[in-house]
Amino acid sequence: MLTRLGPPLAMALLAGPILLGLAGTMLPAFGYLPALGGAEFTLAPTRQLFAEPGIWMSSIISLASGLVTTAVALIVVILFVAGWSGTRIFARVQHLISPLLSVPHAAAAFGLAFLIAPSGMIARLISPGLTGWQRPPDLLIVNDPMGFSMMAGLIVKEIPFLLLITLAALPQVDATRTRALTTSLGYGKIAGFLFGSWPLVYRQIRLAVFAVIAFATSVVDVAAILGPTAPAPLAVRLTQWMQDPDLSMRFFASAGAVLQLAVTAAALLIWIGFERLGAAIRDRACGAGWRWRRDAWLRRIGLTAMLLAAAIIFAGLATLCLWSFAGLWPFPDVLPETLSAKTWMKTAPRIGEPLVTTFIVAGIATLLAVLLSTLCLMRENETGRTGRRWALLFIYLPLIVPQVAFLFGLQLLFVLTGTIASLPALVFVHLIFVMPYVFLSLSDPWRAYDRRYEAIAAGLGKRRWTTLLGVRLPMLMRAVLTAAAVGFAVSVGLYLPTVLIGAGRLDTITTDAVALASGGNRRVIGVYAFLQMLLPALGFLVATLLPALIFRHRRAMHA
Amino acid sequence: MTDKGLFLDTVSIALNGRVLLALTHHVLPGGVLTVMGPSGSGKSTLLAYIGGFLDPAFQASGRVLADGVDLTVLPAEERHAGILFQDPLLFPHMSVAGNLVFAIPSHVKGKAARLARADAALAGVGLDGMGNRDPDTLSGGQKARVALARVLLSAPRALLLDEPFSKLDQDLRRQMRELVFVRAREAGLPVILVTHDEADAEAALGPVIRIGE
Amino acid sequence: MRKFLLGAVALVASAFHALAADPDPAKWDEVLRQARGETVYFNAWGGAENINSYLEWAGGELQKRYGVKLVHVKLDDTANAVAKVVAEKAAGRNDGGTVDLIWINGENFSSMKRENLLLSPGWAEKLPNWKFVDADEKPTIRTDFTVPVEGLESPWGMAKLVFFHDSARTNAADLPKSAGDLLEWAKKNPGRFSYPQPPDFVGSSFLKQVLSELVADRSVLQKPVDEASFEQVAAPLFAYLDELNPLLWRGGKAFPQNYPAMKQLLADGEVDIIFAFNPSEASSAIANGELPDTVRSFTFPAGTLANTHFVAIPYNAAAKAGALVAADFLLSPEAQARKQDPKVWGDPTVLAVSRLDAADRARFDALDLGIATLKPDELGPAIDEPHPSWMERLDTEWKRRYGAAN
Repeated sequence: MLTRLGPPLAMALLAGPILLGLAGTMLPAFGYLPALGGAEFTLAPTRQLFAEPGIWMSSIISLASGLVTTAVALIVVILFVAGWSGTRIFARVQHLISPLLSVPHAAAAFGLAFLIAPSGMIARLISPGLTGWQRPPDLLIVNDPMGFSMMAGLIVKEIPFLLLITLAALPQVDATRTRALTTSLGYGKIAGFLFGSWPLVYRQIRLAVFAVIAFATSVVDVAAILGPTAPAPLAVRLTQWMQDPDLSMRFFASAGAVLQLAVTAAALLIWIGFERLGAAIRDRACGAGWRWRRDAWLRRIGLTAMLLAAAIIFAGLATLCLWSFAGLWPFPDVLPETLSAKTWMKTAPRIGEPLVTTFIVAGIATLLAVLLSTLCLMRENETGRTGRRWALLFIYLPLIVPQVAFLFGLQLLFVLTGTIASLPALVFVHLIFVMPYVFLSLSDPWRAYDRRYEAIAAGLGKRRWTTLLGVRLPMLMRAVLTAAAVGFAVSVGLYLPTVLIGAGRLDTITTDAVALASGGNRRVIGVYAFLQMLLPALGFLVATLLPALIFRHRRAMHA
Repeated sequence: MTDKGLFLDTVSIALNGRVLLALTHHVLPGGVLTVMGPSGSGKSTLLAYIGGFLDPAFQASGRVLADGVDLTVLPAEERHAGILFQDPLLFPHMSVAGNLVFAIPSHVKGKAARLARADAALAGVGLDGMGNRDPDTLSGGQKARVALARVLLSAPRALLLDEPFSKLDQDLRRQMRELVFVRAREAGLPVILVTHDEADAEAALGPVIRIGE
Repeated sequence: MRKFLLGAVALVASAFHALAADPDPAKWDEVLRQARGETVYFNAWGGAENINSYLEWAGGELQKRYGVKLVHVKLDDTANAVAKVVAEKAAGRNDGGTVDLIWINGENFSSMKRENLLLSPGWAEKLPNWKFVDADEKPTIRTDFTVPVEGLESPWGMAKLVFFHDSARTNAADLPKSAGDLLEWAKKNPGRFSYPQPPDFVGSSFLKQVLSELVADRSVLQKPVDEASFEQVAAPLFAYLDELNPLLWRGGKAFPQNYPAMKQLLADGEVDIIFAFNPSEASSAIANGELPDTVRSFTFPAGTLANTHFVAIPYNAAAKAGALVAADFLLSPEAQARKQDPKVWGDPTVLAVSRLDAADRARFDALDLGIATLKPDELGPAIDEPHPSWMERLDTEWKRRYGAAN
């Protein structure tokens, strides 16, 4: 009975706030919001928006970063998977990359900034020996006007995401046997993969790719850390306007949010054009019998790019960690003059509260998401319908609609109902973003589960709930805990929803870290970013160790 | 006609309007009905219908009476239709004894009593003292016997066999077949066997229904 | 959970509050009684660790002494707190607001005062510790960026624009002595100077400093911006910036986002001259290991901008009594002396030290202001802050000219 509630609840959760939020953004964008004195519809906010200096540049940067980021990350993933799947290197790299998924975007961005700045780790490593630099060169790398470092930051962070999504799709299209087949027909590895498996794989991961585009066109935290400043990408400026003391700016900011929506939509449309073009080229090449057996160099590029992405994140995180223990550390020293725990000791008393909030919010949101996902999946078993496309679109909705576009309106709703900055409101908003990831990670193992175990349990006279709690969930324990760890990691890393709905009263490690970014204190940023990546890592550690410990005498549970 | 046994009353199963099977048959306690057909013929759907786990994609009708009780109106867990698949499907997260204790009806109270019953059942299939083992460390034949002991412990009304011997090698297959049929007869269970192996059908010594040919 | 419960309690408490009148600082015992058990949400910029940890200390003392819990809501821009009050007023939440105390001055104060978003009538001069405040010698305590304070905010600290350089890298004799000098210096040392990107407060202050030095008649700046003459008045500033910006760090294509980011640039040797609105900032940074101990301060002999920063209470604050107690505690000689210690924060006091009793005076005398801090008589003359409308107008104009890539 309870399971019947699952899908409608999940749909309401995913679509409800987005629709309400979009309405709450759209109306003020066209001048209507009686509470703030806007009683009639007008195009004034839109006109004001287009008069804003650099608004087109901001939009173009956002658009370009969405497309470039996604295209580069996807190409790297294709080359790597096509060129190396089934090899031992592939398995190793896969293990190397997986933990990177849980590193919050802000932490990865800080790491990259500390690495590539003219006074950063790379410059220190080669100075003054190779370069002769006694002082950092006056080079505009971080915050460059074209947004290259921002795109780089997004690319290295999206590669693990796209790779893992692709890996999940591979078994469903029987890529291993397809590869054997295409090889036997004389195709090179990359051509064989592109012609044989990729169209099917892409159909499975398409929405995830859309989510990457939407995220990269509207990201706030990464853009604030690495992105251009004159002008800043659209979403960053929107968020600033939203927080302006001037009342009329709300209308203006809402109009900006609608523009953001249009920019993201445009990026998606252009991407669909890319898809068509890519497919046409592929079909032509395929039709011509193009085999491309000498693709070793391209495969090597794929592997190198993949390793580079991983190395950048790891090195960045290591640099962050070092800064958190640094005393005075002048350029071009590779290591600090002194190491001390001073920063940690000074920061410790202030970390407690945001840490507790982070844990509570992430914990409750994850728990609810796991429960709700389980109900939906149970219902799916009962009805035998997965609702395939539509259901999937619903699941991806919060990831494809730009956050700023509906969070503004949602924030207004919370303010009007007096629930802003309350713990339930914050948990609720986190749940919207945690739910898709938990559902997606849980659904594959859930659907792959051998349902004959349940038939046997039923034949033994066991009730449904007994079977669920006594057989299915224990057997899926690792999958459930992994999904929970994914959800936990997502919640820990959420920036914009926490800033807007927590409204400064409910801080998490991530909002504190990004707030501190404006202060530029590398030592303190190091501490926070370190915690930011530690928390998700703890989640995954629990998800791995707990089942291993409980089922240490059950060999079949380790597979 | 007696109430005892399993009575399939005008059972019909169809997929997308195409009838896969339709039959009326009475299986006496201790008797075996064998249903034969090539793979994909839908013969397993009969067991799924009786057991209560038929995929909603199929349309099925007809009553299934076990000792006079209509199973089709009951939820799967109240039908007490014990089933053996071609894989033993021992719960991998439980010990061998845990698998057996799980099957014992809840009216048997007390941990010691339940364990004692499980141990006895293990001894009954020639595996005494193996209760603490991890099921994954057993041989294929041992697993099959534990699965049989497990289903018998649950005191089922009927036994449904879904090609349970097909993955065993020749010798083991003969032994298991014998063991299963002897035990079913001892317990007075009506048995429905689904198979594509003629030798299974011969050993079952009962009527054979062929479908999908 | 604890926070949530507290929030719920505060909400219920505020419902009762709505029935009662606002607390009257003249009846201080009554204020103290009401304040006990209240939670004060202090909305203050949270980008500097030393300030955060000073507030941590203040919170502990307030809890111990008055049973008031102080929660520091860390902002990256004070305007956010103002925006919250604005949104609450718009939503009709005239009681139990989420902001109890704001660190504020200038533009934000002016706009809150204009919109009647502040607790009134004036309360600051009724606080017990007001008697020590040096309002006579420090005129910016009663006039905040030309706007009369009228007791609507309580002074917290003094600010003056001061420049820093690393004496190990730059020669003190070559340092600029005026805005004009600075441009000449930048021509000789391209890429070695920058200013935070307006509308950052310190960056906007740099614009005002330059304008104040170059404007034909400085008294124009004391009046609100007149659109008709703005272009002409501001022309020297933008002519100056047109020349200076290409000579800046990164060729003026990117700017540090605020003072701490600029401090990091000095530490990394990326720039040679930086400036802050706090004379002892450099000493604090040396004490914290953020800058080398060879950093020194200097100002312009003809004067630099000076102002005061304050704390204010929104009209709809949930914990007004608690906020009053917190404001008074921040004014106490003990809290002010600790704040002035460069090892803690190094923010100059608003008190007249001569008026304190011997014990409190000793607290100030004992402070080692640090190797890089100029003595009060070395700070040079103060230039008055222009009217707040100038800051906003200059920011907009700056953004129009330089804030968007061409």
